[in-house]
Amino acid sequence: MRYMGTLGRGGAVLAGIVVGLAAGVGGFTFWYGKGASYLTNDPAACANCHIMYAQYDGWLVASHRSVATCNDCHTPHNLVGKYTVKGKNGFWHSFAFTTGWFAEPIRIKESNRAVTERRCRDCHTEMARVVDGADGGEPRSCITCHASVGHPH
Amino acid sequence: MTDGSQRSGTKWFLGGVAVAGVVAAGVLALLVNIFERKQEARTTFVRVTEVTDTTQNPAVWGANFPFQYDLYLRTTDQVRTRFGGSEALPRTPTDADPRSIVAQSKLEEDPRLKRMWAGYAFSRDFREERGHAYMLDDQTFTERQQVAQPGTCLNCHASMYAVYNALGDGDLTVGFERINQMPYAEAREHASQAIACIDCHDPETMRLRITRPAFMEGMRAYKAAQGVADYDVNTMATRQEMRAFVCGQCHVEYYFRGAEKRLVYPWANGLRAEDIYAYYRASGFSDWTHAETGAPVLKAQHPEFEMWNQGVHARAGVACADCHMPYLRVGAQKISDHHVRSPLLNINNACQTCHPVAEDELRARAERIQENTFALRNQAMDALMDLIGDLAAARGRGTSDADLAAAMEMQRRAQFYIDFVEAENSTGFHAPQEAARVLGQALDFARQGQIAVRDARYRPIVPARGETDRR
Repeated sequence: MRYMGTLGRGGAVLAGIVVGLAAGVGGFTFWYGKGASYLTNDPAACANCHIMYAQYDGWLVASHRSVATCNDCHTPHNLVGKYTVKGKNGFWHSFAFTTGWFAEPIRIKESNRAVTERRCRDCHTEMARVVDGADGGEPRSCITCHASVGHPH
Repeated sequence: MTDGSQRSGTKWFLGGVAVAGVVAAGVLALLVNIFERKQEARTTFVRVTEVTDTTQNPAVWGANFPFQYDLYLRTTDQVRTRFGGSEALPRTPTDADPRSIVAQSKLEEDPRLKRMWAGYAFSRDFREERGHAYMLDDQTFTERQQVAQPGTCLNCHASMYAVYNALGDGDLTVGFERINQMPYAEAREHASQAIACIDCHDPETMRLRITRPAFMEGMRAYKAAQGVADYDVNTMATRQEMRAFVCGQCHVEYYFRGAEKRLVYPWANGLRAEDIYAYYRASGFSDWTHAETGAPVLKAQHPEFEMWNQGVHARAGVACADCHMPYLRVGAQKISDHHVRSPLLNINNACQTCHPVAEDELRARAERIQENTFALRNQAMDALMDLIGDLAAARGRGTSDADLAAAMEMQRRAQFYIDFVEAENSTGFHAPQEAARVLGQALDFARQGQIAVRDARYRPIVPARGETDRR
């Protein structure tokens, strides 16, 4: 037990207790905060935080409820993109909600809005091409007018 | 193994334990935070005390609903907006009037109002509006009380539900009639405070309900004209409609009918200015005779409910409470913000739920509408002053009543239409196009009246009333 230096067996027990505490509390917190749910596509996971109830309730009655979950519109389709966006948003949402440092009413950030706009076009490719125009100019915004397809407000 | 490496090993080990300890503490803090958030997600209402149909004191209701009560108390706040809000000007209290703060006198802001109301109590004292908390005091101490007023006035300026029930031995309408027939000073003894929870909420279920007989009767007459017989607002209105109707109990045009001074909302023909004007014409009612012109004229009072009904927000199903008592998030609860005030002081919650536009832009839009309305109102007011001047001069020359009949009718119309918008507290915002329409017509009536003064044979043109609105 060279690494424990002068502390000997008592030190080993102390180490066990502290590290065990950290692991145990960490594991419990992960379970209590429903950490595993964020690895799924289940929209109810996004509503773990009560501030999302309005959006979740809205989605339940919106036109896309049977064809798109939260991830389908708010994260890119490819594996790397999806988990990058999930990870980034996951961290910042947790941070904001824990500290309370965010403005209300909640408005989507530009980068996330861009992700959502691209997702419209992934499914509605032909329609979007017609509206965006063949001239290659700046694409129109889908959700400015079609604001309630995912969740009103 | 040497001593040195043993000690450095110890340091590393202790460092590792320290880090693990910090991590454990941090994770525990996070755990506690998550627990708190989950608790917030529970909507809790604790029935601390019983609230009954006679519990007038809002503080008792507030024991069960502290958030709403705290917000309700804030209607004492006095913050101006450009054309409205609530305000505080200092004054020296007197024996007759102990108020140390009052709102700005509108008569001082615009002396044309005095001339418009010459011969009527409103020409003595008329002030900017203030928060609900001041409703009873402002009515009790206004100089308009120097003219004898009936107890009817209390219907909208105090918490009256329990009073009506008590005076009527359980019959709301009988109590209402009794108060109406008392002189104000006597009726005032029965009132003790401004509007309270009981005036809008059922004490058992907290659901919204109508407590003012005048609104029930007015609504019944209005619905009858629309083809809906025996309309009972408390059983037939939807919840969203109620979120406007409870405000409509008081924010309306009204008059006192007959010797019994019954409070009546003149809606049997409809809610537009011309519908109400036609109602008064048919019943032969006038508020007073103009001191300068001798014309029998009408006063319009705060027709917010009628005006809102003509606008696009009403059309879209947006009720008074949606903008003036928008939902507020407290923890995970969604409660109505009971600090009733100008939405311009709360653009975030009042407007941005539906209009995801920057606050500055929303404010600019609202003020633009109000500026336009105000400009038109000034134009119409000038035209009215010209007409009153012409009529007064004609009187001075001894022109007969018959020759001035058409001109006086035009004064009566112009004055009522201007007042309809002037007394309405949104400066056009509730229904911008309707406000402009009414003021435009008022302008025309005033100018036509001037023609009629100069030419006794001139027949003024008044647009046909058309069908009543279908809402």
